[in-house]
Amino acid sequence: MNSRERVLARVRRAVGDASDSASSSYAQDVPRDYHEQHGARTAAETADLLAENLAEYRALVHRAQEADLPALIARLLAERDADSVLAPAGLPREWLSGVAARLVEDSPDSTPHELDEVTAVVTGCALAVAETGTLVLDGSPDQGRRRITLIPDHHICVVRVPEQLVSSVPQALPRLDPGRPLTWISGPSATSDIELDRVEGVHGPRTLQVILVE
Amino acid sequence: MSGTFVGMPAFPAAAHGAVADRTLRANLRHATHTIRDKRARAVTELDDWAELREAGKQIKDHTLRHLDTYLVQLEEAVVRAGGTVHWAVDADEANSLVTRLVQETGEREVVKVKSMATQEIGLNEALEEAGIRAYETDLAELIVQLGKDRPSHILVPAIHRNRGEIRDIFEHEMASWGRPAPEALADSPAELAEAARLHLREKFLRAKVGISGANFMVAETGTLVILESEGNGRMCLTLPETLISVVGIEKIVPTWRDLEVFLQTLPRSSTAERMNPYTSTWTGTSDSDGPRTFHLVLLDNGRTDTLADEVGRQALRCIRCSACLNVCPVYERAGGHAYGSVYPGPIGAILSPQLRGMGSEIDRSLPYASSLCGACYEVCPVAIDIPEVLVHLRERVAEGGEVVRNGARITVRPAKGHAAERAAMRATAWAFGRPGILRTGQRLASRTRRLHPRKLPGPGKAWGASRDLPEVPQESFRDWWARTDGGKGEVK
Repeated sequence: MNSRERVLARVRRAVGDASDSASSSYAQDVPRDYHEQHGARTAAETADLLAENLAEYRALVHRAQEADLPALIARLLAERDADSVLAPAGLPREWLSGVAARLVEDSPDSTPHELDEVTAVVTGCALAVAETGTLVLDGSPDQGRRRITLIPDHHICVVRVPEQLVSSVPQALPRLDPGRPLTWISGPSATSDIELDRVEGVHGPRTLQVILVE
Repeated sequence: MSGTFVGMPAFPAAAHGAVADRTLRANLRHATHTIRDKRARAVTELDDWAELREAGKQIKDHTLRHLDTYLVQLEEAVVRAGGTVHWAVDADEANSLVTRLVQETGEREVVKVKSMATQEIGLNEALEEAGIRAYETDLAELIVQLGKDRPSHILVPAIHRNRGEIRDIFEHEMASWGRPAPEALADSPAELAEAARLHLREKFLRAKVGISGANFMVAETGTLVILESEGNGRMCLTLPETLISVVGIEKIVPTWRDLEVFLQTLPRSSTAERMNPYTSTWTGTSDSDGPRTFHLVLLDNGRTDTLADEVGRQALRCIRCSACLNVCPVYERAGGHAYGSVYPGPIGAILSPQLRGMGSEIDRSLPYASSLCGACYEVCPVAIDIPEVLVHLRERVAEGGEVVRNGARITVRPAKGHAAERAAMRATAWAFGRPGILRTGQRLASRTRRLHPRKLPGPGKAWGASRDLPEVPQESFRDWWARTDGGKGEVK
């Protein structure tokens, strides 16, 4: 008997013969009396809540109209002296039209060391969750590979409201494809490992700027 | 479990030293009280907490009842998505599997995401023996590794260290592991975090193999999920070419939707946040994004033995949030090391003796490392009734009985040292059944009360070492009742 069979046999002995099948009893066994979202909000209030929760975890939140986006992105990058900017292939190029910094393409051939030389990255997102202050990236063309939003120290993420906004985690999951690699981001990198005292900024981008585009 | 803790004294002896360490007690008190209040606020924010907790409990119970079905389903889904699945009955098998997988890449070093499962099996030590260096990348794990120390908390393994101690460890040890600590390092958490960032970055950038655990595995999709804060997890999960995840078989949830419960309850219970900074999910491998090779090692190591115990199996619901440690009055005073296991605190007191069996003195003493106050049960996001399991395991220590070890049903004998207690209990039962004898005994006790010792002598000495004997009253309740006619004749 190999280890797989041994573990499965032990499980079956331990739980006895289940009289029901897993699929038929699942819905009955699991009560879902919790809320689909917490409280009722208008679309505008949901956007405000996202902004508030993002800010509480030290993300910097900006609001803009689509037309003002290029100027805002250019300003945010310049303020932090970005000399190079990663841009995923599917990011609308007009967003970066005012950027003075050198543009770096997201390429499968670039090494982690090369990415470490880049100062900033601009991406879109798959969706945002207001109640938890969370951005979700799914690797779509406007977001790129996971590593490009990890190694540069400054991440600017554009969220379209209300289209990409949901209130709660239960509303977020059905809109996401589990087959894609997902990254859920709630504020900049942080740690509580020293005396359970929260400090922002360890390995991920230490500056997270979120632009809500209406 | 790992050999790291072999030879540990039983809990009372280990705790005795810890309680006398004033720095340790101050560090623990400060840290646990900080997080305790924050957690309470984060939980109160959700008015459906009770319903989320119940759903989490039922999802886990349902999964455990059908664990064979879900394991097979998970395996199929992971393979379909391009991963390879391995099975390990125990720690040794898991360690040699992972060692072989690393050797096949030709690499001599790996970067690790914090993982309880790999701690449990002593993977770092096994890799070391094979000449492979494992770098811990979680800040607290780094502190423990550099300090040649043991973890003392599930979430914050270096909770027993304060900032000054951490600064000293970084200053003295970083250089021998890689990039030295910056000159004139101060002890503010921000500067210490910066030192860790610089030290670990070169390791992330050159890493070819990453090793992780997982918080959840979704059976229907084959997705693995890791919640973290620092970004070290994302580094290890995306930069290396090969990813090896070692995960306990109980970490399965049936459906993608089930995550909606745990992604709400785990961060709030654990770090008291609405959401932790980073959560990564991956399903097998993806084209040109992240590792091209993915191995999943499914670990038993005592879990099926635990599953065979109908009362004790609820410990397998645990999602490793560590809320029970932070509220426990015993943990707060004794610290994590006294529990002699990578799983300390209330959950450790019921998990370690079940995963390892009760063969050692430390494992037989763990069910007693509690005052049964119930605070752990109250905060548990999957409603594990820890006091119930503690009492159940105490009964097994004292009375012996049937258990499953390594898949086989065996009978364990009562532990030594409990004979006197059992004899006393039997004598008490006998006397309570005979009113005349009880009355005589009580009167005798009252009349000789001046002669009673403050501590039990003889075989009761060990039991009484931490207990004060009650004072025997001048008159027994029964005599008082007879004399005063149930209090009616009491002189006011």
